[in-house]
Amino acid sequence: MEVKFILNGKQTAAEVGADTILLDVLRSLGCHSVKCGCETTNCGLCTVWIDGRSRLSCSVLAAAMEGHEITTLEGVKEDAEEFGRFLANEGAEQCGFCSPGFIMNVLAMVKELHNPDIEGIKEYLSGNLCRCTGYMGQLRAIQKYLQSKEEVCS
Amino acid sequence: MLTINNYVKAKSLEEAYELNQARNARVMGGMMWMRLGNAKVQTIIDLSDLGLDQIEENDHVFKIGAMCTLRQLEQHEGLREMYGDAIAKALHHIVGVQFRNQATVGGSIYGRFGFSDVLTCLLALDTFVELYNGGTIRLSEFVNHKSDKDILVSIIIRKSNRKLRYDSIRQTKTDFPVLACAVVTGPVHGKETWYFSVGARPMKAAVLEKEWEIPKDISDEQLEIYAKEAASQFTYGTNMRGSAKYRQHLAEVLILRSMRSILEEGR
Repeated sequence: MEVKFILNGKQTAAEVGADTILLDVLRSLGCHSVKCGCETTNCGLCTVWIDGRSRLSCSVLAAAMEGHEITTLEGVKEDAEEFGRFLANEGAEQCGFCSPGFIMNVLAMVKELHNPDIEGIKEYLSGNLCRCTGYMGQLRAIQKYLQSKEEVCS
Repeated sequence: MLTINNYVKAKSLEEAYELNQARNARVMGGMMWMRLGNAKVQTIIDLSDLGLDQIEENDHVFKIGAMCTLRQLEQHEGLREMYGDAIAKALHHIVGVQFRNQATVGGSIYGRFGFSDVLTCLLALDTFVELYNGGTIRLSEFVNHKSDKDILVSIIIRKSNRKLRYDSIRQTKTDFPVLACAVVTGPVHGKETWYFSVGARPMKAAVLEKEWEIPKDISDEQLEIYAKEAASQFTYGTNMRGSAKYRQHLAEVLILRSMRSILEEGR
């Protein structure tokens, strides 16, 4: 069946099966930032935004996406690069495999929460797993990123 | 592995119900759990166009559409006003925001999963389920029904003067609970009544009702006797997350903490 949706701002159509998952469709459309990390709906690596909300594309049926708006890391390049610099400056990344889903959820958090504390950040990002680090670098990067956003706003 | 031959976005509950009568048909919620199982599904039925994704509140009830996400439940202002942060507390350990933006309340309740925080929490309240064919029945009755081919339309929480506390123990963040516990109290027919719901025992949640008038200044030792009495009335099992004995001990501790918290609020 053909499914039409908006992908990163562009009207897109894809031919999908009834059990095709969104993750596979997005990769076939060239969004290679979207990856499957765990196969148990837990790691957050496949995070994309559907109608502006973070979701796990490994568990979404592509057939159900008719008329929805999907955003991947490729669609938020500038914001991702900006936050990526904060990650790099804190030495937060090692292998970087988990970064796409992590960055998508950090950017979703910035849109949804105003000035979250450490506990709020940890809770929001608890569905994003990193197997290289202890998350300390990421937390520093997020705090500095949030601070820079506040400064820009004020 | 899950395979699906045919995807249908139902245009009415009637259509969904008719389609679901086929042996190999399934209704989809958030697909969080179903996707991980093994099944050959002929037709998967999507209810997302039926307006079941809202939480309606009036003077008497909260009516939660089956397709509402766990995140909607967690963030609902009316529920927070009525029950404090207890409902959010039952939800915010469930994997992550992305997961809760997708997992549905209907899927969580319909599945009657042993590990379900949602079921444990809502079972302690004055909760009903609305079924397309089976009418509106108490959640405590529904929880013991075998899975059938009915459609869960909504979950209804009757408003009343009740206090709710929720707590769970996990070996690590975002894991299934080793034990989950909800405690509710309020006047029922003029008598102070306590409801204890204990889930992840590891069996699915069950609820216990006790008419106990407990003085607000009761000593810890005396309150512990009540908590032990409540905890002893559930059965517990052993699995990779904990032994039956450990679970019963956890139940005593969590029930005690919740009772103490409720009594302190009322002082």
